[in-house]
Amino acid sequence: MNTRVRAVGVAELRLFGRNRSAMFSAFAMPLLIAAAVASSGITDESGTTATALLLTSLLGYVLLAAVYYNLVTTYVSRREELVLKRLRAGELSDGAILTGIAAPMVVVAAAQMVVFTAAGAILLGVPVPVNAPLMLAGVAGGAVLFVLLAAASTPFTRTAESAQVTTLPVLLGCLLGSMLYPVLDDAPAVVSGMLRALPLSPVVDLMRLGWLGTTGDAPPAGFVEVLGDALLPAGIMAAWIVAGLLVVRRSFRWEPRR
Amino acid sequence: MEQAITVSIVGDARKGPTGHVAPHARGMTSVIASHDAAHCRGRPGAPRLNGMTTTTSAAVEVSGVRRRYQEFEAVRGVSFEVRRGELFALLGTNGAGKTTTMDLVAGFGRPDAGSVRVLGLDPYSDRRKVRAHLGIMLQEGGLPPDLTVAESAAMWAGTLTDPRPVGEALELVDLGHRAQVRVRQLSGGERRRLDLALAIMGRPSVLLLDEPTTGLDPESRRNAWRMVRSLLADGVTVLLTTHYLNEAQELADRLAIMHRGEVVTAGSTAEVVAEHPARITFRLPAGMVEGQLPALPGTRDEPAGVRAEPHEPITLRTDTLQDTLTELLAWARTHRIDLAGLEARPASLEEAFMAVAQNEETYA
Repeated sequence: MNTRVRAVGVAELRLFGRNRSAMFSAFAMPLLIAAAVASSGITDESGTTATALLLTSLLGYVLLAAVYYNLVTTYVSRREELVLKRLRAGELSDGAILTGIAAPMVVVAAAQMVVFTAAGAILLGVPVPVNAPLMLAGVAGGAVLFVLLAAASTPFTRTAESAQVTTLPVLLGCLLGSMLYPVLDDAPAVVSGMLRALPLSPVVDLMRLGWLGTTGDAPPAGFVEVLGDALLPAGIMAAWIVAGLLVVRRSFRWEPRR
Repeated sequence: MEQAITVSIVGDARKGPTGHVAPHARGMTSVIASHDAAHCRGRPGAPRLNGMTTTTSAAVEVSGVRRRYQEFEAVRGVSFEVRRGELFALLGTNGAGKTTTMDLVAGFGRPDAGSVRVLGLDPYSDRRKVRAHLGIMLQEGGLPPDLTVAESAAMWAGTLTDPRPVGEALELVDLGHRAQVRVRQLSGGERRRLDLALAIMGRPSVLLLDEPTTGLDPESRRNAWRMVRSLLADGVTVLLTTHYLNEAQELADRLAIMHRGEVVTAGSTAEVVAEHPARITFRLPAGMVEGQLPALPGTRDEPAGVRAEPHEPITLRTDTLQDTLTELLAWARTHRIDLAGLEARPASLEEAFMAVAQNEETYA
């Protein structure tokens, strides 16, 4: 990693370690959901594929809680503390500043995903990924997407506290969408199309395709065949990333409103 | 070869029009001097002057700059230039547009009209190139409260091309002993000193200081001035805003006074001071009025809005303080008149500044 970005990242990691509420939303929420899933007994009844589907949803929640929610709060706090303006007074580029602040959250999220995946593989015996690179690409793209979405959510978030409200549309939309989408097989095409277009959906789709070779009921595809199925979610993800970049470039604010 | 150019340019800039070296060129502290001598040898382009010296001698050029925030035009056609190696002070009432001007010079925004050049480059579109040579001290520090002093400094150093060592930078502002304290726990003056340490950490050739000594105790302020002087002695160019007129009078080679988004007075510190008269203030005994005073040499008429009320002290403005005062005192002795609360003040920056502030009252 660029040493300048790392300097900011190290400072942010320290601050993260000193911020209890950020630690809570990053660690406790996914753990609570994981515990709820594990104790619900779903995993016993419905076989390894269903378990893996659940696990990939869980990885998606990690992105939402540890990356998206925490990062909206962090970006806004740093803006209001004038830290962003200070960093812009130095030699860092805008991209390096946003990346440096995001880095610790992404690292924390990645570590949690590794833990959950490993736990799933060992304890629940889920299968070996069909296409591991595709799965990793889904995770990496998802991280970029939610970092950008977090930055794009800051212009209409005045204080770190108001992030609890302003993040709700994305959080609820993604949670509901990813829960409903597999269930609503016979929903009208418009509805399922909209659900597929939600930002978390392509992330979870790519992870499922990479891991299981299928996003649901269809028979699993092989390493190569699965790439064809991945085109649509990859396209949706790319569209979100491009949109996120445009919004951030246009409307990200680096100082508090006067 | 580049060094030779640097030295000669800086040497010229330190001299006034008469060729004598400005007084602060002498007040160098050894700490900075020795380290900067070292970095001048090692650093590829300390003040990178190649290619720029031939086109301009100004480190900062602001011409016809305007900046509007929604309905409010904060800066309305400001022009000035800061020559290499000098300290230029921007003074002004609150809301005069000083900080907006600084932000434009720093490259945080783009002027709506006019142009800004720093070391010959546009600080907004060439931000990365310019910033490597620019040290910026914002009006508010913008450091996360939960980092310690040392952690903040290390973070900042990590973002720079050629930083001073953290310990050295903190020692320069006497914060070495506070290295392990969180920023949240620092006093206002200590935070300001930390900001100053970070501003000079990258060994800038141009330093922008926005109210650098606000909140400092008198001793710390003197220390900050000493540090700024030693940086000037090393050829650093400084653009400074301040509310302390004695700070400007002490440090500035040239200055501009801003009011409502415009420069209303500018020039060398001596010129600006000379434009304004000295003042004599006293009270006449009960029953006497100002009209009974004799004609005194050198006095200027007070603007109507400033004329004293009957029971208030009388203020005379004069360009020849000694002559006027002599005549006044001779008259008072002859007529056995007691001039209560007599005060004579020479022209100072404060007079220049008050003239601007008084216009404010007249408009209001």
